[in-house]
Amino acid sequence: MNWLTLLMFLPLVGAAVVSVLPKANEKAAKQAALITTVAVLLVTIAMTLNFERENVGVQFVEKYTWIPSFGINFAVGIDAIALVLILMSTVLAPIVVLAGWNEAHGGRWSVKTFYILILVLETMMIGVFAATDLFLFYVIFEAMLIPVYFLIGGYGTGERAAAAVKFLIYSLVGGLLMLASIIALYVMSGDQFGHTFDINELSQLQMSSTTQNLLFLGFFIAFAIKAPVWPFHTWLPDAAGSASPGTSVLLLGVLDKVGTFGMIRYCLTLFPEASKTFTPLILILAVISILYGAFLAIGQKDIKRLIAYTSISHFGFITLGIFAMTSQGHSGAVLYMFNHAFSTAALFLVAGWMISRRGSSTISDFGGLQRVTPVLAWSFFFAGLSSLALPGLSSFVSEFLVLVGTFTRYPVHAIIATFGIVLAALYILIPVQKALHGPTTPGNENLKDLNLREKIAIAPVVAIIVALGFYPSPLLTIINPATTNIIAQLGFTDPVPSIEDK
Amino acid sequence: MSISNSLVYLIGLPFAGAAILLLGGRRTDKWGHLLATALSGSSFVVGLYHLIQMVNRPAEMRPTSQKLFEWISVGSFNVDAGLLLDQLSICFVLLITGVGTLIHIYSIAYMSEDRDRRRFFAYLNLFIAAMLLLVLGDSYLSLYVGWEGVGLASYLLIGFWNQKPAYATASKKAFVMNRIGDMGLSLAIMIAFATMGTVSFAGVAEQADNTSEAALTAMGIMLLVAAAGKSAQFPLQAWLGDAMAGPTPVSALIHAATMVTAGVYLITRSNFVFDAAPTAQLLVVIVGGITLIFGALIGTAKDDIKKALAASTMSQIGYMILATGLGPIGYAFAIMHLITHGFFKAGMFLGAGSVMHGMNDEVNMRKYGALRHFMPITFVTFGIGYLAILGVPPFAGFYSKDMIIEAAFNSGGIQAIVLGSLTLIGAAITAFYMTRVMILTFTGTKRWDEGVEPHESPWLMWLPMAVLAVGSFTSGYLLYHNKALYKWLSPLFEDHGEHEELLKPIVVSALALTMVAIGVSIAVYKYMRENVESVAPDNVSRFTKFVRKDLMQDQFNEKFFMRPGQLITKALVTTEDVVVDGSVRGVARMAIGSGSGLRGLQNGFVRSYAALILVGAFALIAAIWVVVS
Repeated sequence: MNWLTLLMFLPLVGAAVVSVLPKANEKAAKQAALITTVAVLLVTIAMTLNFERENVGVQFVEKYTWIPSFGINFAVGIDAIALVLILMSTVLAPIVVLAGWNEAHGGRWSVKTFYILILVLETMMIGVFAATDLFLFYVIFEAMLIPVYFLIGGYGTGERAAAAVKFLIYSLVGGLLMLASIIALYVMSGDQFGHTFDINELSQLQMSSTTQNLLFLGFFIAFAIKAPVWPFHTWLPDAAGSASPGTSVLLLGVLDKVGTFGMIRYCLTLFPEASKTFTPLILILAVISILYGAFLAIGQKDIKRLIAYTSISHFGFITLGIFAMTSQGHSGAVLYMFNHAFSTAALFLVAGWMISRRGSSTISDFGGLQRVTPVLAWSFFFAGLSSLALPGLSSFVSEFLVLVGTFTRYPVHAIIATFGIVLAALYILIPVQKALHGPTTPGNENLKDLNLREKIAIAPVVAIIVALGFYPSPLLTIINPATTNIIAQLGFTDPVPSIEDK
Repeated sequence: MSISNSLVYLIGLPFAGAAILLLGGRRTDKWGHLLATALSGSSFVVGLYHLIQMVNRPAEMRPTSQKLFEWISVGSFNVDAGLLLDQLSICFVLLITGVGTLIHIYSIAYMSEDRDRRRFFAYLNLFIAAMLLLVLGDSYLSLYVGWEGVGLASYLLIGFWNQKPAYATASKKAFVMNRIGDMGLSLAIMIAFATMGTVSFAGVAEQADNTSEAALTAMGIMLLVAAAGKSAQFPLQAWLGDAMAGPTPVSALIHAATMVTAGVYLITRSNFVFDAAPTAQLLVVIVGGITLIFGALIGTAKDDIKKALAASTMSQIGYMILATGLGPIGYAFAIMHLITHGFFKAGMFLGAGSVMHGMNDEVNMRKYGALRHFMPITFVTFGIGYLAILGVPPFAGFYSKDMIIEAAFNSGGIQAIVLGSLTLIGAAITAFYMTRVMILTFTGTKRWDEGVEPHESPWLMWLPMAVLAVGSFTSGYLLYHNKALYKWLSPLFEDHGEHEELLKPIVVSALALTMVAIGVSIAVYKYMRENVESVAPDNVSRFTKFVRKDLMQDQFNEKFFMRPGQLITKALVTTEDVVVDGSVRGVARMAIGSGSGLRGLQNGFVRSYAALILVGAFALIAAIWVVVS
C-alpha cells in the first residue's frame, strides 16, 4: 500500500474540498478541515501499526520519476525517526484545528483560506520528513515557508507583517546555503557515479575533508536557523509572538523539528566526518541555547515570546542529545522532539485561550485566574509542568535521557546543561504566579472558563504527556533501533562504565 | 528477597484519591474529604499487613520487591518501574500513612470552613502517593519521580491560599530552591550511570566496591545537595520558614514529619555510597552540624508559633543528617529520631493549628498567653511533645536524641568532640526556644486581641493530637528497648560493631539533661519573671536583631544569587535586542545598501529579495543544465 503518498494526498483533497465550499459557510470549512486531519491521523496510526520495528532501513518506499533529465525522483520512505515525527505532526494537526476554532476570524483573508493553508501545510509536513530524494526535500523545505508566511502575515497579531518577513528572510538565507551544498553534492555525484539526488547514494560520495566541512556548514546553518539554535534564533520570538496560537504550535512543534531532523538525517548521514569535526562547536552552541533561551524566557513580559524562548532552550537540549553521539542522547533527542511538540502545544494553545479572552498577551494583565477560570488555570499550570520536565511527565524522560547520554561522553556539558532545570522552574513558575495566583486583576472577573470544545482539544495533549511520562516504551522501542544504528554507522559506541575490577 | 504484587496498592490507593477528587471537580465536594481519608487509611492498613508479613520472615527474606513494567530502556540504560519494600522503607511507609491519615482526620475539621476543602484533600492524597513512591522506588530514578512529586505537592499546598501574593511567592521559593537540590539528584544519577552503569539501589550497592572513591565522593556530594534542598539544610534552608504559609496540617505532615525528612532517607538509603566516600561523609556531618545550630538559633527569635516550630524542624533534621554522616553507627539513630520527631513535631504543629483555630488564626505568640486554662487538651498534648523534643526521660526524644549525641561523641578523633559539643549546645538552645514557646502560649497573662475567644478544638482535631502525644510518649522506648529498631535495620548496613567509647551513655544523658536544664532555666528566667509584651521590643541587642532576620539568610541569597541572576537576565535581554538581533538587522540593512528606516526596508526587502532569488535560481538551473548536458 502506498501509505506515504496517500498521507500526503489526503490533506490536499481536504484543501480542495474546502476551496469549493461557499465562503460564507465558515463552519463547513472548519468541519472539513477537522475531518480531514482526523482521517490523516487514522491513516498514520494504521501505517505505524504496519511499521517493522526491528528493520532499521527505510520503509514504505515509493519512487516515481519526476524530472528524469536531472535524475530527480519523487522518492519517499521513512525510518523510525521520520515515522515518529510524522506521527507527531498528524496528531497535532486535528488538535490545532479544534483548539483554534475561531482563530481565523479577524484575519486578513477568509476563514476558508486559513484552513486551505493549514491543510496544504500538513501535506508538506509529512513530505518533508518522508522525502528520500534530496531535491524533493529541498523543494518542500522551501515551499513550507509559503503557507507559514501567509499564516503569520495574514492571521497573526501585532506586527505580523514584519515578523512574517523576518521569518521568511532568515529561512531563505538558510535555504540558499543549503541549496549551494545540494548542488555541489549533485555535481560530485555526477563525477563519481552518475547524477543523483538519492540520499542513500549521496551518502556514498567520496569527499575531501575541506569539501565535506563546507557542505556540512551549508546544511547545518540552514537547520540551525530552522531549529533554531543560538545565535540563529532571533526570528523565532518575533514569529511566534505574532503568529496565531495554532500557527505557533505548528511552527514550533513541527516546522522547527525539520531543523533537528535534518541534522540527524542529512548532516550526520551525508557528512559523518565533518559532523565529528564540528561536534565540539555545536555542543557549545547547544549548551548556550539551553541557558540563553532560559534566561531570555525569564526576562519576557509577553507570554507568547516567553514560550518561544523556552523552546530555544529545549532545542538546545535536542541538539545536545543529537551531537552527544550516544544511544541515550540520540534516542532522548528524538523522543524530546516528539514530547516537546505536545508540551509546547499545550502551552501555546492554553496561552492562546487566555489571550483571546483577555485581549492581551502581556503576562501582568492576567492575575488570579485560578479563582476565575480554574480549568483554564490548571491547563496552563499543567502545560508549564510539562515544559519544566517534571518527573512523571513525558518531557522528563527525554530530557533526562539527553542529559545522561551527554554526561557519559561530555560530563562538563551535561553539568552546565543541568543548570537549565533550575532556570526552567523560574521561567514557568514566574508567569504561573503572575497569571494564575494573587488577587484577581480588575477586568478579569468575568472571564469564561474552558468550554467543551476546548476541553476536548486539550484532553488528548494532557493524556499523551502523562502516558508517555510513565510508559515511554511504545515510542522508545520504535526509536531505539534507528538511533543505535545511526550511532554505530558513525563509528561510535556508548562509553562503558568505568568500574574497576578489584 | 521476596516478591509481592500488592506493593503498588500502597501508592495506588492515595493516587486514585487525588485523581478522583481533582478530575471529579465539585461533584465530589460532599464526600471528597471522606474518600481521601479512607484511602490514606487503607494504605496504612496495607502497610501494616506488609509489616506483619515481614516480621514473620527471616531477616534476609524480609525485603519485598515488585516489578511493574519496563520504564526507560535505551542501550545499557535500563530502568524498571519497580518497588522495593525493605526494613527501611516500611518505617517510612507506616510513618507517612499513619501520621498522614491522622492529619487527614484532623483536616476534616480544620478545613471545614474552607470552600476548597476538596482540593486540599486531593493535594494531601497526591502528597501521600508521591511520598510513598519516593520511599518505595527501587532505583534513584524512580525515587526522583516521588522526589519531585512531593515537591509539587508541597508547592501546591504551601500556595493553597495563593490568592495572597506572599503565599504564592513562598510556594515558588520552595519549588525553586528544591530544584537546586534536584539538580544535585540528577547529577548523582548521571554519575552513577556513567561510572557504574546502573541507577538501581541494588546495582549501585553491588558496584560501589569496584568504583573509584573520587566518583563515589562526587556522587555523595551531589546526593547531599539533593538532601539539603529537600530537608531544608544549610545552605538550601531558606525556604522552610516561608513554607509555613501553607495550612497548618500541611506544615505538620509535609514540612515537619515526612517530606523534609526525605534527605535523611536518601543518605541512609545511599549508605553504600557514603560509607566508601569519607570526604562526602565529612561534608554531611558539617552540613548537619551547621544546620542544627542555625535552625535552633532562628527558633529563639521567632514570635510566629509556626515559624518557631519550622526552625526547630530544621534544627532537628540537622541532628538526623549529622547522624547519617557518622556512618553505620548513625543510620539507625537517624531513623529513630526521624520517627520520634515525626510524632512529636507533627503533634506540636497540630497543637499550634488548634491554638490558631481557637485564636482567629492568630500566629503571633506575643498575642497568646494563659491558654492552658482554655485549651486543656491542646496544652497537655502539646506539652507531651515539648517534653519529648527536649529529651526528658522517658519521653521519645530522650532515647532518640541521646543516641545521636552519644554517637557523635563516639565517632572518634577531634571530630567527635566538636560534633558532640554541637549536639549538646543544640540541645540547650532547643530547650530554650521550646520553653519560650510553651510560656508565651500557655502560661502568663492574656495578651489576646479584642474579640478573641479561645476554645478547645472539636474531637476530630484533638483525637489525632492525642494519638500523636501517645506516640511522642512511647515510641522512643519501644524503638530503643532491646535495640529493636537497630536490630531491625542492621541487615541493611555494614556495621562492624567496633566503636571506641569516649563517653559512657549515662554520662551523655547527664550532660544532655544538664544542658536542657540550663536552656529551660534561661527561658523561665527571661519570660516568666516579668510580663511579656504583646509587641516585640525594639531595644534588643544587635545579635538578637541579626537572629530575628533569620541570620540574614534571605538577604544573603538575594545579594549573591537573586540580584546577579536578575542582572544577567536583564543584560541578556538587552543584548538580544541590541547585539544579536541588531547585528542581523544591520547585515540586512547593509545587504540592501540603504540607510533608510527598517520598516520601509522590510516591505521592500521581500520584493527585491524575491527578485534576487529568482535570478539566482535561474543561474543555478542554468549551471545545472550545463553540468548535465
